[in-house]
Amino acid sequence: MATYEEIEQTREDTAVSPTPRRRNGRELIIEGLILASGVSVIIIITLIFLFLLKEGLPAFTSQPISTFWGRRWYPIEETYGLLPLLAGSLLVTVGAVVIAVPLGLTTAVYLGEFAPDWLREILKPLIEVLAGIPSIVLGFLGWVALAPLIQNMGAPTGLTAFTGSLILAYMALPTIISITEDALYAVPKEYRDGSLAIGATHWQTVWRVVLPAARSGIVIAIMLGVGRAIGETMAVMLVTGNAANIPELGLGMMFQPIRTMTATIAAEMGEVAQGSTHYSVLFAIGIVLFIITFLVNSLATRLIGGRPKQRGAQL
Amino acid sequence: MVPKLSIQNVSFDYGDGATALRNISLDIMPHELFVLFGPSRSGKSTLLRLLNRLSDLLPVGQMHGRILFDGQDIFARGTDVFDLRRRIGMVFATPTPLPGSIYENLTYGLKMAGIKDRRVLDERVARSLQQAALWEEVKDRLADSAFALSGGQKQRLCLARSLALEPEIVLLDNPTSGLDPISTSIVEESLYELKQQYTIVMVPHSMQQAARVADRAAFMLDGEIVEVGAQKDLFVYPQDKRTEDYVSGRFG
Ligand SMILES: Nc1ncnc2c1ncn2[C@@H]1O[C@H](COP(=O)(O)OP(=O)(O)OP(=O)(O)O)[C@@H](O)[C@H]1O
Ligand SMILES: [Mg+2]
Repeated sequence: MATYEEIEQTREDTAVSPTPRRRNGRELIIEGLILASGVSVIIIITLIFLFLLKEGLPAFTSQPISTFWGRRWYPIEETYGLLPLLAGSLLVTVGAVVIAVPLGLTTAVYLGEFAPDWLREILKPLIEVLAGIPSIVLGFLGWVALAPLIQNMGAPTGLTAFTGSLILAYMALPTIISITEDALYAVPKEYRDGSLAIGATHWQTVWRVVLPAARSGIVIAIMLGVGRAIGETMAVMLVTGNAANIPELGLGMMFQPIRTMTATIAAEMGEVAQGSTHYSVLFAIGIVLFIITFLVNSLATRLIGGRPKQRGAQL
Repeated sequence: MVPKLSIQNVSFDYGDGATALRNISLDIMPHELFVLFGPSRSGKSTLLRLLNRLSDLLPVGQMHGRILFDGQDIFARGTDVFDLRRRIGMVFATPTPLPGSIYENLTYGLKMAGIKDRRVLDERVARSLQQAALWEEVKDRLADSAFALSGGQKQRLCLARSLALEPEIVLLDNPTSGLDPISTSIVEESLYELKQQYTIVMVPHSMQQAARVADRAAFMLDGEIVEVGAQKDLFVYPQDKRTEDYVSGRFG
C-alpha cells in the first residue's frame, strides 16, 4: 500500500538523525540486550536447521532419492515413499484453506461493516474465546462428534481428510476473523467518504474500496490463521484416520482416510532406533516441511507486495 | 431566479447536546461560486455534509428544517440518496485517492452508476481531467497507481473524480489545504472555468482565498450565519461588527 509506504518512508527519514546523540551507559546496555536477543533468535533458528540437516541428510545418501518419490509409505519393509504423506498434508491443508478463508472473510466483513453494535459486542468476545480452545480439545470433539456425523452422511468412515480440514478450518477461523476485522477498521475513514461521496452504496464501498485497501492486512490474517492450523499435528491425527495411502483422485477424495507429514513424525518418532534409516527419513520429512513453510512465507511476502518490514507498519 | 439550493431554517446537532448548526437559511444560485467561511469549528463542514446527505452516515444526529435542491426536499422519503450524491459531488480537505490506478479512480463512480461503455468512460476521464487542470500531467500515465501522484495532483484527481459524474453542484471542503501556492493557484483558476458548468459551494483555505474566488459568501460563527452578501459587500463593506473584525483579521 502506497500510503503505508509513505508512512514507513517518513519513519525512516526521521529515524536517521545525522548528529549522534550522547550515549550513556544505560542506553548502551539496553541496545546490547536488544541486539543479543535478536542475534540469539537467528542463532537458534540456524541451529535447528543445522540439526535437521545433520539428522535428516543421511536419509538422502543411504538410498536413492527416487525412493522418496514412491507411492508407498511402509517403514517395516524399508519403503519410504513420501507421496502419500505429501498428498495427505496437501489435501487437509488446502481443504482447510478453502473452508476457512471465505467463511472467515465474510464473517469479518459482516462483523466489521454490517453487524449492529449490540451483535458485534456479543460476537467479538465469543470469537476470541474460540481462539483459546486447546487444539487437542477440538480434535477430540471432531473425533466424538464430527466423525460419526460424516459417516452417517454416507462416507465409508468418519475419519477422513475432510474431517481434518473442518477441524483445521475451525482453528484458523478466529485468527482470520479478528485480524481481518482489525485490518478493515484500520482503513482510513476518508476512503469511505470519498467513495460514498460519488454515489457508491455501502456494499460497493466495502467491495471496491475497503477490501482492496485492507489487502495486506487480510493476507496477514490468512497467513497467521492458516499458519496456526498448518503445523497442527495431534488434532489432525485424531480425526484423519491415519492411513498412509494416496487418496484416489476424484470427488470422493476428501472422504478417505489420510495421514499428514506432521502426524507421521509424531506417531513414529517414538518407536524408531536413533540413527536408523527410518529415523533419518523422519528428519528428512522435517526438512521438507521446513522448505514448504519457507516457500509459503516468501509467497505471502510477495503477495503483500513489499519488504516484510512494511507488514509491521500495517499491523 | 430560482435558487439551485435552498437551505431553509436548518438546525443540526451531533447528539451530544451542543448545537452544530443553528437556524441556517441560505439560497445558492445556479452557476455561482458560493463561499462559506468562518473560524474553525463554526460548522462549515457540517453544513456541507448535510447538502449531499453524507450526514446520513452518522450514527446519531438530528436535523431540523429543509434543504431544497431544484425545489425538491433532499430529505424527503423516497429520495435516491446515491443518485443525489452523483448530482451533488463533494471533494474533501485531505485528498484521498482510492486504491487503484488513476483511470480506475475516475471511472469508479461511473461504473457504480452503471455506465460501462468504454468510449463514454474514456471521454469522461479525459474531460474531467482537463476541467481539473490535470490532463497534461497524467495523460500518458493513466494506468499508474493514483498514490504515485503528488499531493496537489491527488487533490485535483479527487476533484476530477467527482466532475467525471457530471454533477450539478460541487461541494469543495477546503480543496487547497496542504497545497503549495502554485498548485493552489492552478485549482483556483480552474474554478472560474468550472462555474460556467456547475454550481460551486466552497469552504476556503483562508480568508484571502475566500475574497479571491467568491461570487457571494456567508460568514459563519458558532453554527450561525452572521452575514451573507456579494463578495464586495462582505469583504469590503461588512455590515456586522463580527464580520468586520474577522475580515480585518482582528480575530479568528
Ligand atoms: N462527527 C462529529 N461528531 C460530533 N461532533 C462533531 C462531528 N463533526 C464535527 N463536530 C462538531 O461540530 C462543530 C462544527 O464542526 P465542523 O467540522 O462543521 O466545523 P468547521 O467549520 O468545518 O471547522 P474547520 O474549519 O476546523 O474545518 C464542532 O464543534 C465539532 O466539534
Ligand atoms: Mg471543516
